Formats: sequence, structure tokens, C-alpha cells
Amino acid sequence: MAGLVFILIIITSFFFLGIVIRTKSIFSGRKGPGIFQPMKDIWRLLRKENVYSQTTSFIFKIAPDIYFASVLIAIMLIPFGNQKGIFSFDGDFVFFAYILAVGKFFSIIGALDTGSSFEGMGASREALYSFLAEPAFFILMGSLALLTGYSSFADIFSGIQFGSYISYAIGILASFVLVLIAMIENSRMPVDDPKTHLELTMIHEVMVLDNSGFDLGLILHATNLKFAMYGALIANFFLTPGREWYYSIPIFIGVQALFAVVVGTLESFIARFRMNHNPQFIFTISSISLLIFFAVLLILGKYF
Amino acid sequence: MSLSICILLVTALFILFISFSKEAWSGNIALGAVIINAGISSWVAVNAVLGHSYIEIIHGGPVFGEIPIRIDALSGWFILMMNFTVLTGILYGRRYMKQYENKSGMIPLHFVCFIINHASMIGIFAIQNSLAFLYDWEIMALSTFIMVIFEYKKPETLRAAVNFLIQSHICILLLTIGLIWISSHTGSYDFNTITAYSASVSPLISLTLYLCFFIGFAIKAGFVPFHTWLPYAHPVAPAHVSGVMSGVMIKLGIFGILRMLLLVNQNYLTIGYIILTISIISGVYGVVLAIIQHNLKKLLAYHSIENIGIIGIGIGIGAIGIGIKNPYLAFAGFAGALLHVLNHSLFKSLLFYGAGTVYQAIHTLNIDSMGGLIKKMPHTAFLFLVSAMAICGLPPFNGFVSEFLIYLGLFEGVHSGSLSITTFCILCIAGLALIGGLALLCFTKAFGIIFLGEARSQFDNDIKEAEKSKLFPGYLIVIFIIFIGLFPQLILKLLTNPVSLFTSGLKDGFPAVMIGNNLRSISLVTWAFILAIALIATIKRFVLRNKKEVITPTWACGYVAPNSKMQYTASSYVRSYRKLIRPFLLMNKKEGDIKGVFSSPIHSETHPYDKIEAAFVDFPLKIMNKIMARVRFIQNGNMRYYILYGVIFIFIIMIISLLSGIAAYLFNLIKQM
Repeated sequence: MAGLVFILIIITSFFFLGIVIRTKSIFSGRKGPGIFQPMKDIWRLLRKENVYSQTTSFIFKIAPDIYFASVLIAIMLIPFGNQKGIFSFDGDFVFFAYILAVGKFFSIIGALDTGSSFEGMGASREALYSFLAEPAFFILMGSLALLTGYSSFADIFSGIQFGSYISYAIGILASFVLVLIAMIENSRMPVDDPKTHLELTMIHEVMVLDNSGFDLGLILHATNLKFAMYGALIANFFLTPGREWYYSIPIFIGVQALFAVVVGTLESFIARFRMNHNPQFIFTISSISLLIFFAVLLILGKYF
Repeated sequence: MSLSICILLVTALFILFISFSKEAWSGNIALGAVIINAGISSWVAVNAVLGHSYIEIIHGGPVFGEIPIRIDALSGWFILMMNFTVLTGILYGRRYMKQYENKSGMIPLHFVCFIINHASMIGIFAIQNSLAFLYDWEIMALSTFIMVIFEYKKPETLRAAVNFLIQSHICILLLTIGLIWISSHTGSYDFNTITAYSASVSPLISLTLYLCFFIGFAIKAGFVPFHTWLPYAHPVAPAHVSGVMSGVMIKLGIFGILRMLLLVNQNYLTIGYIILTISIISGVYGVVLAIIQHNLKKLLAYHSIENIGIIGIGIGIGAIGIGIKNPYLAFAGFAGALLHVLNHSLFKSLLFYGAGTVYQAIHTLNIDSMGGLIKKMPHTAFLFLVSAMAICGLPPFNGFVSEFLIYLGLFEGVHSGSLSITTFCILCIAGLALIGGLALLCFTKAFGIIFLGEARSQFDNDIKEAEKSKLFPGYLIVIFIIFIGLFPQLILKLLTNPVSLFTSGLKDGFPAVMIGNNLRSISLVTWAFILAIALIATIKRFVLRNKKEVITPTWACGYVAPNSKMQYTASSYVRSYRKLIRPFLLMNKKEGDIKGVFSSPIHSETHPYDKIEAAFVDFPLKIMNKIMARVRFIQNGNMRYYILYGVIFIFIIMIISLLSGIAAYLFNLIKQM
């Protein structure tokens, strides 16, 4: 059963971005494409040949593979309520963060490999914003570890579910942080606008300017997977205690859909920040995680 | 024959060989000496790490007294780590020095110092007699100094080396004060008396004593704010010397801190807090400054400070663990720190060798003028990539394992201690995460700008890949880096004995098994990761098997004449970062104004400077210079004045003794009345 959540996340990833786009189109009064349109695009890309720049080396060719593999492994670490993920051990969220960093490392050097100034710019921004977001995630996990007394994803989430209603309050705050981290990690609004048409204002899109065909398909689907992965993390805060799959699976799907709608709504009503305001925004997340930490300290009565 | 005599004999013999042989041979002879010395000491060290300590007592005559040579598991671990890096250092160095042959005649001296340096480092890990230890430390410092000034004709080399010499003597001064203080109270030079002495005095005194040692060793290790010699000395030394210095020599400081933690009886909790605070500052500050460096070796030097900080976090967590009697915390902290000592020696020496190879290929260390080297030097690029990922702490390499152990300790500390420990741990976790992210920024910059893209400037000579014998030590290191990354649970077994020296007071064994299981899972996931990459690559190859690969120029967004000057440079890559952290930096910027309608070429230079150095070293020196200027007239270079000073001095001495006689007489007189 450990593979259940893995399969669920994979399935969710197929329609996640579709819901986001659909939400945006409804808000802007358009008819919009069907929710499987992004997957159709990726499927088309996967059947095309690769175009490589003459400047690039083997790094550029293996970077998408490693990026995609890192996201897959990260997903395998996610639990499903009480059930552990495919891999589960103490400190697995440290591995989670670092394996995602491997993927990021390669996508950055893959961009630098093309020698394009635009892609260098995107790489620089991606590296900057992701290092700023890192402490927020770790403070969040540290606070949860403090709250529950455990230090692995599965134990922490099962510890939270059996707790009092205050843990649900923390769950909401934590999911707020996770939503924002997901927005940064996936380069969505308000940090980055995937639909912008000016390279100077892009982050992630400009990094993959030279990727094409199969490679581009991998990279795009890795983004979908990442969304579904963060959605699964958020869903874990609200799964029911016990093992009743007929409750937890609908809750899981519901939270994922809600997350997608939230993303779509956010993107419809928020403008992208100016580049130099992004760091401030990301610092805000760290301070919210610190707030969670203090809340946990208050709950545990450690102040006295 | 005893170990010490063996090593002394081998060292002396091979020094003779070098002095009587041709210059071209000195590298190989030094290699022989290092292999023999390393072989002998490693044999003892392996046994020590497996639990059989080595003890030997040399009779040092009336001056030294008995000199105990004790190699316990801790010494053994450090000796093994050191031997390997010194071995790869000489393997690389003997090829690296080929370019300097028949030019300066300094090569034999250089290799003689290399052998002496190696032997003296074995001594530092083994000797447990204060006086002999200080002598040995001084030999180590001087031989390093001679190795650093190999290119003594360059003014910056000389300046950096003198800076190094002075700071290492401040370090020796502090160690001398500490050790002489103890031996003057106990009447013995044996290290074992330190424990008894520090237990007999008040906690405040033993804390001061420990801090005295700690600052002394911290100068050697490069903890902020005692780090200022490090970014100067590393870049000017030959690549293999910087590799050994950064990989091993600064670990002497770590060894000293750990050894004194064992010997000096003190409050572990307080010490833990102090070490943790200094370490987190070192870690973050080191990497913050590393990112903005343009000089490749200087960048690596600042990363040494960062890694020393990470090791320090491990030690601090371990000490707190002992303080609150939590075996899991203590075990994870010390194991992480010791493993990171080994890991850092592996990837940092490899990075420095890579930097040396690049330097010999293009004769510059300025990152901004490099680019596209991966096509000319694929092996060097591969080695650099592996070590860069390892230093960022990314799986599947070794850096991750030690950082993971430290994280485990920190997360355990979060929910097992008082409020202050919890807060400290959360701050450390955030700090460590920040360090990881910043290191990623730094090494994507270093690797991306040096090896990827197009060449940013033209070089006269054609760039060639290094010869096989120069790449061999690099691949040797990579094997270990990958092995530790893939099978961390095996390496943990070796760590059990050194760590249990610290945790022997607590009931342990239980955390070792638990952490071992944890590392087994890490190994499993890492394998899964590699498998996943292989799987995706295979699928990709299968899907694309009938399709032609199209090669085109890089897409320049419609612009048709891009050139290599338009690429992102190292400076532009970190520009937004630099603006973000401006309060912590000192950037000296020189920029001309654009004049005329058709502007003439203008130059813009930025020189990053260390704010802590400006505050803690430059500013006091400036004030001291001002005060000293007032009394400079005394030193006027005139011989007659100096004779006069001598006479005045003797006169004052006589007057004092006379006066004291009179005073004593008067005192007696008053007493009698």
C-alpha cells in the first residue's frame, strides 16, 4: 500500500495544471482549454526530437533527466496520512529538500551550459530565490518536529492528526507557508509569471529557452509533479485519522483540486512582483514559519 | 622498532635523498617518503580506530621529561584522514611542480618541507607532552610557511605568507599560555594531568582555560573572526599545498578543539553554546563572502571557513548532547562532525587540485575570464562537478551524509531539551539550510562560469587536458566521495570508536544502531535515485532512437549576432544576491564615467573585502600604528643610541635592585620598631 500515494500523486499531476488554467480562464471570462490540455501538450513534446545548442555539453543533455528523477524520488518520500511513503526514515524531509536541490543544481547548470545571457539571468534568479525559500521549509519542519516529537514525514503527520484542534490551526498556517513555497519552487505568481512574453521578466521559463522536444516535456511535467507533490504535503495535514481509504482518497483529491483552484485564483488576481521585491516576499515566508515555531512553543508551554 | 623512531628515521633518510638527487627526482622521492610514513602510521591508526590504542613512551631527557605517544581512536581517525589527503597531495603535487622545474631551484626545499610537514602532523595527532607538542606545532607551522612562499617573487605571496606566519604564531602563543599554565601548576607536561588539574580548579578557571585553547585552535581552524589569514594564504600557495592546507591543516585546529574537549574538565553545556554560536556565524559568514569572490582559490578558501562552521555545529551539538546527557544528540553531533572532517578533506582537496589544473592551463584564477573549459578539459570538469556537488551537500555524494547526521542531531535537539536548546537548534537548522542554499548558488556559479558556456576571453596558449598522472589522484578521491555517499552505513561503523570516546559517560550503542538503520535507508533512496536517472535516460534514448539530433546555435531571442562577451559573468550571476546582502559586505568599486557621444572604453572594477577583517584586524592595527608612531623616534637606526639604551637599561636594573634592598632594610626596620 506504500505505493498508493505515489500513484495518487502521479494521477493528480495529470490534471493539476489543467485545473489551474481552467480557473484562470473562468475568472477572465474565457472558455479556456480542457483540463487535460497541458498533458496533451507534454505528450506532443515527448514525441518530438531534441534540438541542442552547439555551445552545450553533456551537462545540458543529462540535466532534464536528473531534474525529473529528483522530483520522482522526492514524491516517493511523501506519506499518506498514517501510511508511510515508499521510503520513510528519520529526517526524510532533509533528504526531500536536498534531493530537490540536486534537481535544481542541474537545471541551473544546464541553463548556464547554453552560454545564453537570458538563461544565465534566469539561472541567477532561480538560485537566489530557492536559497531564500530553503530556511522557511526547514523552520516549518523543525516546528512540526517540535510539536509532535518525531522527525520523519510519516510520524509527524500522524502525530498531528491525532492532536487537538490547535494542530488543525497550525495545519492551516503551515499549508499557507507550503502554498507559498510551492509557488516559489514552481515559479508561479506572484514571484514569476509563466505567461509573460518578455524574457527579461522571466525566471523559470527563461532557463529552459533552449530545451526542446523530449527534454522540455520532462521539465514541464516535472513542474506538474512538483505541484501535485506540494499538494499532497498539504493534503496530509487534513487526512482523517485511521486507515479508511474511502475517506482519505476523496479528501486527498479534494485538497489537491482546492489547491489548484487557489493557485489559479491567486494568479488571476495578483500581479507579478517587481524582481527586487521578490526577496522581501520570500523573507515574509520565513517569518511566518518562525511565527509557527513560536505558536508551537506556546502550545507546548515551553515559555514557562 | 617503535613508531616514532621509524617515522623520524624515514623522514631524515628521505630528506638526505632529496638533497643529494636531481631536482626532477625530488617529487618522486617525496612520494616514497609519504607512502612509507603514511603506511606505518595508518597501520597503527587503523588499529586505533578499531579499538586498539597505541601507547609508547619516549624518554626526552631532562628538558622534555617523558614524552607519551598515545594514538587513540580520535587520533587514529584524524591520522587516516590526513594520510590520504597528503598522499593525493603529493601524487598531484609532483606533477604540478613539473612546470616550475629548472626555474627557481626551490623545488627540493619545497618537497623536503612537504615530508617534514607530513611527519609533524602525524606527531601533532600522537604526541601528548605539552612541550614536545608545541615544538612539533611550530615545526608544522614553519614548514607550511616555506611551502606557501614557493612563489616568493610575487609580492602578494610574500604578504600573504607573512600574514600566515604572524597569525599562526598568535595561535602558538595562546596554546603556549594554556599548556604552560597547566604544567606550572601540575609540574608535568603530560596531557593526562590536564584533566586532573581542570577538575581541581573552579569552573570559571577551567572555562577560561578551555577558551584559551579554543581561540588558539580556532585561529588554526579558521573560525570567524579568527579566519583572516585563510583567504590570503590559500590562493597564493601551490595548488597541492592549498589542497592539503584546506583539507588537513585547518583540521589540526578541529582536532585540538576535540582533544581539549576530552581533556579539560568543564561544563559541556556552556561550551556547546559557545561553539555553536561561533560555528553558525562562521558557516554563514564564510559562504556569504565566498559567493562574491572573483578569485577561484579565494572562493574555495572562504568555503573552508563555511565547512569549518558546519563541523563546529556538529561539535557544538555533540557537546550539548553530553551536557544534557542525551546519547542520540551527542552521537549524531560528534559523528557528523568527524565524518564532515573526512568529507571536507576529500572534496576540498579535489576542488583545489581542480583549481590548480585550471590555473596551469590558462594562467589565471579570475573566474570572470574563464568559460567553456568543459570541452577542452572534460575530466577536470567532471572531477570539479563531483566535488562541487559534494561540498553543496547534495546526494548521492559524501557531503550529504555528514550534514544529514548533523541535521538528525539538530532535529533531536529541537524536541528533547529546554527552551534555549530548542531555539538554538531551530536557528542552527535555519542556518544550515541557508548555508546549503548559498553553497548551491556559489557552486553553480563556480562550475557554470568556469566550465560551461563559451570562453569569455582569448588565451595565447591552447588549452589542454591535464595528463593522466595528474588526474589519477582526483579519481582516487572521487571513488571515496561516491563510496561514502552510497554506503554511509559502512563508514558509520568506523566512527563508533572515535565517537564513543566522547559519549562513554552516557549509555550508548543504542543510537549507533538507530542511526545506522537510518543511513541504510539513505543508501537505499540514493540507489533508487541513481536507478531513476538511469531509467529515464534509457527511456529517452529508446524514444529518440530513430530521431535525428539537431544542432543549432543557442537561441538568442531573435538576436542574430551574439558573442561570448554577452554571456552572463560570475559578477552578473551574483549581482542580485550582492545587492541583497549589501549591509554585510565591503565592496571597493572603481568605475569610470562614460564620456562623449561615442563613448570610449571604460573600466569597472570591484574588489570584495572582508568587513570583519576591517573591523577586527585592520582597525586595531591602524590605531596601534598611530600609537607606535609617537614612540618611533626611539628606533632611529643609530647604533650609538642603541648602546645608550642598553646602558640605561642596565642602570635601571641596578637602581631597582639597590632600591629594593633599601626598601627591604627599611621595612625590616619598621617591623622591628
